[in-house]
Amino acid sequence: MKRDAKNLTNTLALAAFWVAGITTVVVLFAVIGYVFINGARQISPEFIFTNPHGVNAEGGVWPTIVATLYVTGLAMLLVTPVAVLAAVYLAEYAVQGRLVRTIRFAADTLASVPSIVMGLFGLALFVESMGLGFSVISGALALSFLMLPIVMRTTEEAIRAVPKYIRWGSYGLGASKWQTVSRVVLPAAASRIITGIILAAGRAVGETAVVIFTMGTMINTPILPTDPGRSMTVHLYQLSMEGINMPAAFGTALLLMAMVLAFNLSARWLLRRNRRMQG
Amino acid sequence: MSETQTSSAPRELKLMSRSTYLKEAALKNLFMLCATMAVAGVVLIFLFVGWRGWPVFSEVGLKGFLGGSEWLPTQGLFGILPLLVGSLVVTLGALALGAPLAVGTAVFLSEIAPPRVRSVVRPAVELLAGVPSVVFGFFGLLVVRPIVADLTGGLGFGPLTAWLILAIMIVPTIATLTEDALGSVPDGIREASYAMGATTWQTIWRVLLPAAKIGIIDAVILGMGRAIGETMAVLMVVGNAPVFFRGIGKPVSTLTSQIVMDMPYASGVHRTALFGLAIILFLISMGLVGLVRGLSRLREGTR
Repeated sequence: MKRDAKNLTNTLALAAFWVAGITTVVVLFAVIGYVFINGARQISPEFIFTNPHGVNAEGGVWPTIVATLYVTGLAMLLVTPVAVLAAVYLAEYAVQGRLVRTIRFAADTLASVPSIVMGLFGLALFVESMGLGFSVISGALALSFLMLPIVMRTTEEAIRAVPKYIRWGSYGLGASKWQTVSRVVLPAAASRIITGIILAAGRAVGETAVVIFTMGTMINTPILPTDPGRSMTVHLYQLSMEGINMPAAFGTALLLMAMVLAFNLSARWLLRRNRRMQG
Repeated sequence: MSETQTSSAPRELKLMSRSTYLKEAALKNLFMLCATMAVAGVVLIFLFVGWRGWPVFSEVGLKGFLGGSEWLPTQGLFGILPLLVGSLVVTLGALALGAPLAVGTAVFLSEIAPPRVRSVVRPAVELLAGVPSVVFGFFGLLVVRPIVADLTGGLGFGPLTAWLILAIMIVPTIATLTEDALGSVPDGIREASYAMGATTWQTIWRVLLPAAKIGIIDAVILGMGRAIGETMAVLMVVGNAPVFFRGIGKPVSTLTSQIVMDMPYASGVHRTALFGLAIILFLISMGLVGLVRGLSRLREGTR
């Protein structure tokens, strides 16, 4: 009798955990499925490659795609050298102490700064004080602070995952520390570092609150880094809050999701390929 | 600065030429400079947001700003209490729904799921983390809001809709960290529990969850930080009425959503008040990170 109760409780509890796991998957597929099914009807070459026109933004979304990729690409260029070298310092050079603790606390804080705070920071520093105005470069600078802790952490983990004996081999041949790091450790960690950068870029593509206050909302195909622009996320936000052109909102949502999924899935693919090659 | 001294032995002992030695030292300092960019970022955010927001404390006053119960920019009233309460209600409700789901998912992944199921659920959790918040807001606006409207009456803008959307959004944060915490519990403890005839549930409830307790608390705190700072998804479904919480189906506003709503047209004191809200948000998120670090130091201390 007692054993039956014990087994019944166990069965019920395990069922609850199955429900939790399945709920998560179902919600993900519901969101993706909803966006893709409703958005698919809107997608056409015209929608992707032409400019919007008219008061309700009929037509295409090309300028927003350009603005999103432009600002993300520029932010990647800005953040990669700094974040990778910072991680090299933390993983290879630094000795535990107050400086390292401060850096880690700052990185954690930066990683959890609400994106709206980052947006207002970008507005105050880059747009207004530095006089860059609403522009792609302002957006990229603000986004690079958002991406910095992500790339730093993944790069540091990648460097720490490189086996110690490879370094000893290099030192044994008489290499200096920098030669060891640049010719041996970084190449060995490269694919995991790239994975981290791609994941951070995926975050940047999906970011709204930062770019709305640094790049502006003007529909414009940016050419120079000092040009303003409207990202896909801002476009989707404006369209859905105004509620005047829902077909275009669905189409934009689909393109945005497709881009974010492409970034995430390519990062996963890269990681898996790398594991297979090493394994 | 003691670090630089301990690791830089005299050149003679390193057996390298003077030029190599200088190059290595210069590179090391360059890397350290890069690493301090994170610190510089935090300081710059604090300085620039603080600089823009500071006038609100002198013009409206600490009492009128932090203690004021009315947010009426047209009448010069900038009391943040309704927004603070809105943020708290939205965050706590989302945690109440999302934390059990996330911890349940983590336990499922770490202890229960067969490998093939796990290889579907784990990527799903990771992809969920990558879905842009504006897409969650869009989904909430068009799918969840009408359902809530049927349940509560009204238009469906309000805390309940925000809870449902935010609960899903914090699942990846909490689930990933909880799974890490469960993974660091030694297998010997699990085996001992099973060897004494405990069921899977008894092992999870009496052994694993208590053992991973601090890690799970960390995860929930960081999920809370995510929920308080979440902007777009909340903004799109919460209704944005800067009044005190009146019911789960009635519009409220939060610290984050009020900034985005007002910023495009705000000027003067109103604008500084919005930067003031950003300072409060920044301090809250920094405080939560500090709490997590304090807890993990506690954990290291007890081992």
